[in-house]
Amino acid sequence: MIYRRFWGFPSWEARSPFAELERMKRQMDRLMEGFSGTYQQPYAGVFPLINLTENTESFVIRAELPGVATGDLDIQATANSLSISGERRIPAENKDAGWHRREREAGKFSRMIALPSEIDPNKVDAGLVNGILTVTIPKAEIAKPRQIAVR
Amino acid sequence: MPDTKDIKVREKQEVTTKAELTTPGMVFTPQVDIFETEKELTLLADMPGVTSDKLNIDLRDNILTITGDVAPSAGSGEEDVLIEYETGRFFRQFTLSEVIDQNKIDAKLGDGVLRLTLPKVEKATPRKISIKAA
Repeated sequence: MIYRRFWGFPSWEARSPFAELERMKRQMDRLMEGFSGTYQQPYAGVFPLINLTENTESFVIRAELPGVATGDLDIQATANSLSISGERRIPAENKDAGWHRREREAGKFSRMIALPSEIDPNKVDAGLVNGILTVTIPKAEIAKPRQIAVR
Repeated sequence: MPDTKDIKVREKQEVTTKAELTTPGMVFTPQVDIFETEKELTLLADMPGVTSDKLNIDLRDNILTITGDVAPSAGSGEEDVLIEYETGRFFRQFTLSEVIDQNKIDAKLGDGVLRLTLPKVEKATPRKISIKAA
């Protein structure tokens, strides 16, 4: 689950007493890798990696899915989570081709993302353009911030 | 036929190039598949977020350079909740051993995948020499 803290700092929070230690360990790992210049480890360790951002109206999830056809992609939404699953296929080439490099991977993937606030699953919009999936998830009315006048 | 296995996550590979870039930003190495047939060399690169106007393919001195720029994805006014990958330009260079016909290089970009076909020069395609009995 992704919880938001009071001072606006986003963080993962597990329900175990070691959550703080895990978080500090991750930050130390990140610092160490910052010295060596390699990119940091993905947190969830599940394909695809996502970027979750929000504004007052909605959440936006972006994922890099090159070579995935919209027919092979399945997105489901509930009131507080979104699941992205599907399959990346690599079409077979000429069988007497000699391969020099084979770096791209194909296969099935499935990922469930718990969202910090309630959302409206009927208004979710998803688009796959140039290999980037963008899912716009409007927040439920009760989850939007409301100004409260002080008497 | 084995079942389709699950695709594993791989973090994007960042590179530090020797020459500094004029615009700030990270540089990544796209994953590529390269295969060769008698007539041509084909290169497939995963470059999500790159459109044809931002893609640059250069071949000189037998070095093939692929550069692709990605528009920053986050819209304005959005706060980050969880960021697992960064975006930046893609860059990769290859030294080609075959002689390539530069006029006939064909590039197709679709769904974030670049398909680059490099036909070999005619005289470099192997010719079978048949041996007749004397």
